[in-house]
Amino acid sequence: MKENILDVENLHVSFKTRNGAITAVRGVSFSLKKGETLAIVGESGSGKSVTAKSIMRLLPKHSTVIPQGEIKFEGRDLLDLPLKDMQKVRGSEISMVFQDPMSSLNPTMKIGKQIMEGLQKHQTLTKSVARQRALEMLELVGIPNAEKRLDAYPHQFSGGMRQRVVIAMALACIPKVLIADEPTTALDVTIQAQILRLMKDLQEKMDTAIVLITHDLGVVANMADKVAVMYAGEVVEYGTLDEIFYETQHPYTLGLLGSMPNLNAKRSEPLIPIPGSPPDLATLGTGCPIAARCPYTMAVCHDYHPRKTELSESHSVLCWLQDSRTPKNHAPETVGSAQ
Amino acid sequence: MKRNEDLLVIKDLKKHFKINRKETLKAVDGISFTIKKGETLGLVGESGCGKSTVGRTITQIYQPTSGEILFDNENVHAKFSKAELKKKKRDMQMIFQDPYSSLNPRMTVMEIISEGLLIHAPNTSEKEREQQVNELLELVGLNKNHSGRYPHEFSGGQRQRIGIARALAVNPQFIVADEPIAALDVSIQAQIVNLLKTLQEEKGLTYLFIAHDLSMVKYISDRIAVMYLGKIVELTESENLYENPMHPYSEALLSAIPLPDPHLERSRVQILLKDDVPSPIDIPSGCRFHTRCPKAMDVCSKLDPAFVERQPGHFVACHLYDEELMAREK
Amino acid sequence: MNTVKEVERIDSVKQNVAEPPDDLFVAAPLNRDVREEILTPSISFWKEARERLFKNKGAVFALIVLVILTLLALVGPAINEHTYRSQNLAHSNLPPKVDGLEWLGFNGKDVKGNDVYATRNIEENYWFGTDEFGRDLWTRVWKGTQISLFIAIVAAALDLVIGVLYGGISAFYGGRLDNVMQRIIEVLVGIPNLIVIILFILILEPGITSIILALVVTGWVGMARVVRGQILQLKGQEFILASRTLGASNTRLIGKHLLPNVMGPIIVTVMFTIPTAIFFEAFLSFIGLGLQAPLASLGVLIEDGYKSMRFFSYKLIFPAAVISLIMISFNLLADGLRDALDPKMRR
Repeated sequence: MKENILDVENLHVSFKTRNGAITAVRGVSFSLKKGETLAIVGESGSGKSVTAKSIMRLLPKHSTVIPQGEIKFEGRDLLDLPLKDMQKVRGSEISMVFQDPMSSLNPTMKIGKQIMEGLQKHQTLTKSVARQRALEMLELVGIPNAEKRLDAYPHQFSGGMRQRVVIAMALACIPKVLIADEPTTALDVTIQAQILRLMKDLQEKMDTAIVLITHDLGVVANMADKVAVMYAGEVVEYGTLDEIFYETQHPYTLGLLGSMPNLNAKRSEPLIPIPGSPPDLATLGTGCPIAARCPYTMAVCHDYHPRKTELSESHSVLCWLQDSRTPKNHAPETVGSAQ
Repeated sequence: MKRNEDLLVIKDLKKHFKINRKETLKAVDGISFTIKKGETLGLVGESGCGKSTVGRTITQIYQPTSGEILFDNENVHAKFSKAELKKKKRDMQMIFQDPYSSLNPRMTVMEIISEGLLIHAPNTSEKEREQQVNELLELVGLNKNHSGRYPHEFSGGQRQRIGIARALAVNPQFIVADEPIAALDVSIQAQIVNLLKTLQEEKGLTYLFIAHDLSMVKYISDRIAVMYLGKIVELTESENLYENPMHPYSEALLSAIPLPDPHLERSRVQILLKDDVPSPIDIPSGCRFHTRCPKAMDVCSKLDPAFVERQPGHFVACHLYDEELMAREK
Repeated sequence: MNTVKEVERIDSVKQNVAEPPDDLFVAAPLNRDVREEILTPSISFWKEARERLFKNKGAVFALIVLVILTLLALVGPAINEHTYRSQNLAHSNLPPKVDGLEWLGFNGKDVKGNDVYATRNIEENYWFGTDEFGRDLWTRVWKGTQISLFIAIVAAALDLVIGVLYGGISAFYGGRLDNVMQRIIEVLVGIPNLIVIILFILILEPGITSIILALVVTGWVGMARVVRGQILQLKGQEFILASRTLGASNTRLIGKHLLPNVMGPIIVTVMFTIPTAIFFEAFLSFIGLGLQAPLASLGVLIEDGYKSMRFFSYKLIFPAAVISLIMISFNLLADGLRDALDPKMRR
């Protein structure tokens, strides 16, 4: 068994706003092994991006509070690290790829220089060696004419090529963990397919662990080994890829799967949407946050917060349907403790 | 109203934008299709292929460079008197992509939805208008008590419903839906698609549904047209396109969609296209897809394939299906 | 992010983690209407902006100061029997004196410490003192404030009208018209505006009207640019397209959709124009191109006071303090308004 490289334990993240504090992440836990891909799935406002940014400590200092939780990277708690040490970790051991490739590149700097900058910050390299490495990285991410392109500016690249450059920058120092925050959301489908394939290939070569933040269950099925489904700041279901897709336990995960289009389905088969809108974190009640949108809501769900049920070593669910007191035939047969 | 009548006929529509003295952006470069009454045509293509320009030219936001748009057998871009034009505009409405920029942030929901009523039926009393707005809100599944609220108080899906109600307020026959679900969460996308379908059945609406990938369109479209760089490359019945895509681009688009089924994902072979879409300012010669096409032949870079009905109801623009030419090539 | 984990409880998580009673495990779906209820109270943009403005201490302070100064400018000159032009040479160069405020320096003593009122045997108290012609400075300062504010507000209002029309037309119709109109602006900006203004004042007789005109001649350009930029940005927004597909007329587009959305930047620009205009008027008066005696404006008073600053410093201090207060207050208020009206602060 490989060791866990990243362990997030009961992470809470709150933002101070004019109208009081809002807790965007409420007790998130997950772990990641070397070379593994964990997908964090959720809708907008589910706290998935905040989780990613808090691993990198990229949230605004003055308005963010982390009341509890820890983020252990190779045994060290990143939240306790002095800023200077954190800056060493950032980019060299954990790096991040963002949704919009244009805004993560400096428009006035040649891309070769941007890649070299990261390299030289973390490793003592001469200029020519750094340039050589930058060239290798560009070739690795499949940019044609890499030699020439080193001296090009970001605006001379198309969207897909830009995202390749961003990936080259992120992987230049061969980080142990890559956090990819919706890396393909801004791209067209055919380009998305290229980028996903590229990320997979590079992961195999470098044995990087990936935290993939996405809202698209298709991308998850394509990429992930483990999945954390988030809703209103909590991980509602956590398990291996197959457990999430084929042994789905949480009504919300079921809902997400049901509302995804299926290419093999007949046109007349209706989509089953999840009713209602995502919750407002400021006005969340004491019970289960999904109670209002769940088809199997019970009286208990409105007032009592569900607790985590471990179904197997890897699979856990946050739902009252798992409780032994849930009446038979209330939920589909596949869901629940199935006594 | 007969169902099989053509409501919208587009003949060789072109829309070019002048960038500067030398360059022209050929957003739409000669497309033809028809939409029947009560039908939904899906228009699919990647960013920059001109699909939104088609929608905007049909709804008269843009003037076409050349070509004809016949709506109910009348040319929409012909000269009309102001009153006639107003009536014409009423029949065609649009639903937009971005639920955040498509509603005026300084107006209440009531003002937003009743705008069309004010323009086209200025004589109705305020009470009647209120009544109608409330009915529309209920129709799209919103709480009518919220009509005094401002757009920023609603979630993305709810705003999109408000946009739909605004379009429906003037009783249009035809709606251009310009990527109405692209900016929404997955669970909400299905809500909006289902709502559009129900409204179509109830009101006998005709849709042009624009989308950037093939995953959701199937559920709403009767027929689907696939666009690439300003031209339609394939047009057929929606299920037929998924079972039997003929154009290599449609095949690639279909195969690029990641499926929410890990077993299937592991077993299937994806067709990966190389490179990005070329710029519509500098369109490749011959078949515009030949630079990325996995099946490209020599002839493709020289000759632009015609858009021909290769099977009943199945139009394709690709040399692969030109038997004469293929025989000669061999 | 705080690296030292704060132990402070964040109250917004109110999860109930108690053990639930058994009888609650029964189906209880919510009904649809309740689900779509929005719980937060409805709030319009302007109401929210007002609330945000009133939370800004600097802006509130500035607003209060401005209200007081405006009131004083309106009623101040009428409080005592002197007018701003009535001279009394026997009472010239008197230092300020207020009964009960002697400890603050309002003691009627000159730089040498002699009580001028006693030596010259004057019964009456001049609160801000008098100038070399024996004119009451209290009356003149508030009269001057009145005139300065008037000039600034009228100039800002004219800027507003011309700028909004010009910028609006230029952006709304676009194309060649926009091109031509922008070139005109560039030519105007290209000429140093001090030269334009000086020429203007030389041709017209110095006076309130000519100063206002001089300020407006180049002043509207800023407003026109702000409005043009905003409208160009708005024009491509989908709600404008939606309104056009509904068949809205241009009047409706401008009045209902464009103007309400550029209102914020317009207000902020006006608020920044007013202090600039006041300052410019003072500057013109200071270099001798402004109002002519006996008319008073803050600029004229400062210029007068500056000449005898060493012996009669009160002549400079009062008008200078008032103009400083006005400038600071308008700037604070404009800053506050900009923060309150900035759409980027909200979703």
